[in-house]
Amino acid sequence: MKKLFSLALALAMTMSLAACGGGSNSSASQSGAASSTGSVSSSTPSEASNAFKLGGTGPLTGGASIYGIAAQRGAQIAVDEINAEGGDIQFVLRYEDDVHDPEKAVNAYNALKEWGMQISLGSVTSQPGISTSALNYEDSIFALTPSASSPDVISGKDNVYQMCFSDPNQGLASAQYISEQNLGEKVFIIWKSDDNYSTGIKDKFVAEAEALGLNVVGNATFTTDTQTDFTVQLTQAKQAEADLLFLPIYYDAASLILTQANAMGYAPKFFGVDGMDGILTVEGFDTSLAEGVMLLTPFNADAEDEATQHFVKAYQDKYGETPIQFAADAYDCVYAYKQALETAGCTPDMSAADINAKLKETFPTITFTGLTGDGAGITWDATGAVSKSPKGMVIQNGVYVGMD
Amino acid sequence: MKKNLLTMNKSTRSMLFTYILVIGSFIIIQLLRTFKDGGVGAVLEGQLIPICAYVTMALALNLVVGISGELSLGHAGFMSIGAFMGCAAAGALSGVIPSAPVRLAVAMLVGAALAGFFGFLIGIPVLRLNGDYLAIVTLAFGEIIKSLITNVYLGVDSKGFQFSFLTDKNTLGEGGMQLIKGPMGVMNTQRISSFVAGFVLVVITLVVIFNLVNSRTGRAIMAARDNRIAAESVGISVTKYKMIAFVTSAALAGTAGTLDGCSQTTFVATKFDFNTSILILVFVVLGGLGNMWGSVIAAAALTILPEALREFADYRMLVYAIVLILVMLATNNPTLWNWYARFQRKKAEDKGGAEQ
Amino acid sequence: MDFLTLLDYLIRGLSLGSIYAIIALGYTMVYGIAKMLNFAHGDVIMVGGYVCFFTMSGLSTSFEEGSMAGAVVPALAGILLSMVVCTALGVVIEGLAYKPLRQAPSLAVLITAIGVSYFLQNAALILWSSSPKYFSPIVGSGQLQVGPLSISYVTLVTIAACVVIMIALTSFTGRTKLGKAMRAVSEDKGAAQLMGINVNRTISMTFAIGSALAAIAGVLLCSAYPTLTPTTGSMPGIKAFTAAVFGGIGSIPGALLGGLLLGIIEIFAGAYISTQLSTAVVFGVLIIVLLVKPAGLLGKTVREKV
Repeated sequence: MKKLFSLALALAMTMSLAACGGGSNSSASQSGAASSTGSVSSSTPSEASNAFKLGGTGPLTGGASIYGIAAQRGAQIAVDEINAEGGDIQFVLRYEDDVHDPEKAVNAYNALKEWGMQISLGSVTSQPGISTSALNYEDSIFALTPSASSPDVISGKDNVYQMCFSDPNQGLASAQYISEQNLGEKVFIIWKSDDNYSTGIKDKFVAEAEALGLNVVGNATFTTDTQTDFTVQLTQAKQAEADLLFLPIYYDAASLILTQANAMGYAPKFFGVDGMDGILTVEGFDTSLAEGVMLLTPFNADAEDEATQHFVKAYQDKYGETPIQFAADAYDCVYAYKQALETAGCTPDMSAADINAKLKETFPTITFTGLTGDGAGITWDATGAVSKSPKGMVIQNGVYVGMD
Repeated sequence: MKKNLLTMNKSTRSMLFTYILVIGSFIIIQLLRTFKDGGVGAVLEGQLIPICAYVTMALALNLVVGISGELSLGHAGFMSIGAFMGCAAAGALSGVIPSAPVRLAVAMLVGAALAGFFGFLIGIPVLRLNGDYLAIVTLAFGEIIKSLITNVYLGVDSKGFQFSFLTDKNTLGEGGMQLIKGPMGVMNTQRISSFVAGFVLVVITLVVIFNLVNSRTGRAIMAARDNRIAAESVGISVTKYKMIAFVTSAALAGTAGTLDGCSQTTFVATKFDFNTSILILVFVVLGGLGNMWGSVIAAAALTILPEALREFADYRMLVYAIVLILVMLATNNPTLWNWYARFQRKKAEDKGGAEQ
Repeated sequence: MDFLTLLDYLIRGLSLGSIYAIIALGYTMVYGIAKMLNFAHGDVIMVGGYVCFFTMSGLSTSFEEGSMAGAVVPALAGILLSMVVCTALGVVIEGLAYKPLRQAPSLAVLITAIGVSYFLQNAALILWSSSPKYFSPIVGSGQLQVGPLSISYVTLVTIAACVVIMIALTSFTGRTKLGKAMRAVSEDKGAAQLMGINVNRTISMTFAIGSALAAIAGVLLCSAYPTLTPTTGSMPGIKAFTAAVFGGIGSIPGALLGGLLLGIIEIFAGAYISTQLSTAVVFGVLIIVLLVKPAGLLGKTVREKV
């Protein structure tokens, strides 16, 4: 019986081998019809051969899937809009699941490569992003990542660009903002020690705070395993008499910190970064707890401008929820690609390497106006780092309000 | 005395089959990669090294669970030590040894030595316990290793190594580099693992395990597994032999970690968690306890399976879970067993009838 | 390190420990009777949390805001419904996945339990998505002021619930017929069967009780730490399992002691050693305890028969 079963396993393996091995042939022969597999976009342009194959990896399942799905949806809306307009530049979008794991991300990237990806949206999260961007560089496939914010994603790779702020820049901007606006006398930091997003922001923040003469009275950490109880950290902050808590962490943990601080009767000012965005959308969360929380974010779903309102409405109509900044970043990526491809004069029949060469020349020269930048527009330098100004927001009556 | 395939000892036959399986698959894949246009496809190509690493892990764990009969739920911890220390060694030696394969081999030896050393340290308390208590202690050690490594900062510069714990206090001089960056894990400047290296590692693992199992030591280990008291009564030091199996397994897991780590641009300690230990245990149980070729097939098939199920998107892990449960139910179903036994008997009877 | 802070940490440790203890009770009862590590137990907790969350958010709209009934009825309904659902879930899991494996080797059962755990997590992911749900505490977010010390209602309810469950369970296993049958089965399955005890039914009942406890633990866990995701149950599950081993697996007072100690150690390790290493400290203490007392704090050392 055991043997029978092992044989069945062997059979399954050969079959999956065949499936993987055959993939390259079948995808070549059905380049246009490839949209029938995987999580491919539903909107194939009328002339598929006339479209750029745009691929990205992100966590579509698992604990981090909220980010991956948001990015996928944001990009999808942009692609649908562009294809519906029917201009020269058309896209086919395909997202593959990387479960927020660098190793799985490589598999996802390879699946996209086999599909014939010409330009890439990189990865949604940083750790997988470091893995896939190395491959992007080796294979000469241009990448513009919506939200993989670690500087390691772009360093040493001349064809990988970021749409989001890098982590150190967020730490820098936060320290400057707090110092300029004189928001706190004594600053305490709670950060997540097994997360490189949080660590990256915190390290730069501490360095900059020292330079600016901010008084950082202490810091405390937590990990994924201990992401439930923050009373110890909050007690330390309270005993250090901190009047400003800097939280370079994601909103799920932040919502717990707000609740537990409230339960302790501890009410300092809270200052977050872009990971804090999304806190108002948590189902069942008492938004009055987030009253007065400040955060730096490139995107504000309540902004009055036409482009943002148009995007938020399209997103709500299609998916029934308010987009978070990951969606806006991915939406911007697709439009930035459109602009760059037009400027560079690329056509869909060009090889990935040729497009890569053209885009490398073009991207540092363009100024892009999107949802996540202010009026001055978004620019890139040749290293791939973005330059745009963050928006300081404060939560009042359950909505974001600009702080300046 | 001449032996042929039919008359040879069952375990020898199984061993031969394992070697043929591994070497055969290697040759087929290499031929495809060399001569077929597009090779084996980008997806499978990218998985070749992880498959070798997980096959090695499964073989190593099978030595502990199958041969030595102790349930370990923390083997990912040894893999983690191998991955971090091996890659740190490879990084530190990048200027000293220019040849990538040699550097990888040295890195693997370092990974194996350190993982084996930790296996020994952990083995001292662990192997005094038995059954589920041993399982929970290995789980605990796996978690401890994970949270310790997450806080290690290791750097190297011209003056030598620098080490700090919890917070990064390393002050590296000119030309120095940070090898392990705490929660950020390891960043490899070069990926030096290759499929050929992975294949060599699998073969070496098989040689080590089969030699151990078919030796006096191996028989002592299995005797201690089957009946501890009887083994002790004939003078076998149970703890010593269990320790030999455990340390060998930990060292092999360390090399697998080095292979896997050096094939990636980046990895973090949290990757080698309880779930990874369980994943490898699933390979071993599905392949059959003590059955080496079963472990090879199960590890390879189950590494590929989630990728082959990509089209099911959201549902693939659900499918994986259901398959796991159904397989366990089917392989342990007494009705099926009886049916199979009857079938065998009937076949034997038919044969007998035909001859008459 | 003043006395007040110490006391504050102690109360928080007791509260966390009470939750671990309730989860550990489920582990320990199932282990005592079926001799299996039910790794899916942590995920039953998560299901309990979700059921309570949806019941409460569904019902709270149909009551006037601030009314007495509006505060009590949804919470009670939530707890009851999640207990019912989890009990049913526990019995179904046992019947479909574990019962056919009664005679199978323990490793096969372990892998099946892991399969069930994956199944529950991924089913929850598909049904309820991975975006966190914010769980409003069942007893409101107020706090009791005792001198300079403030203790939240959730903490009080958690500790009280743990004590009540403990007393109820002890008298149930000691006094009732079914409870005695459970003890008999855990002592010696064969002999219990000879005495006319229906072993299969007793095991199912144990799963039912264990799962009902998991539902209560889920509600309390989410009240104390209010974000709810499909993986909410896994880490508390593993820690509670550790607590059960710590106290001596199979022993009900052991689960209580192990759970409470584990909670207190975790909080104190975080406060006075390092929050980064609190998990490592917890597991380190477990290893030391097992080395000194290989059967756990209150476990019975079974002499091996030759």
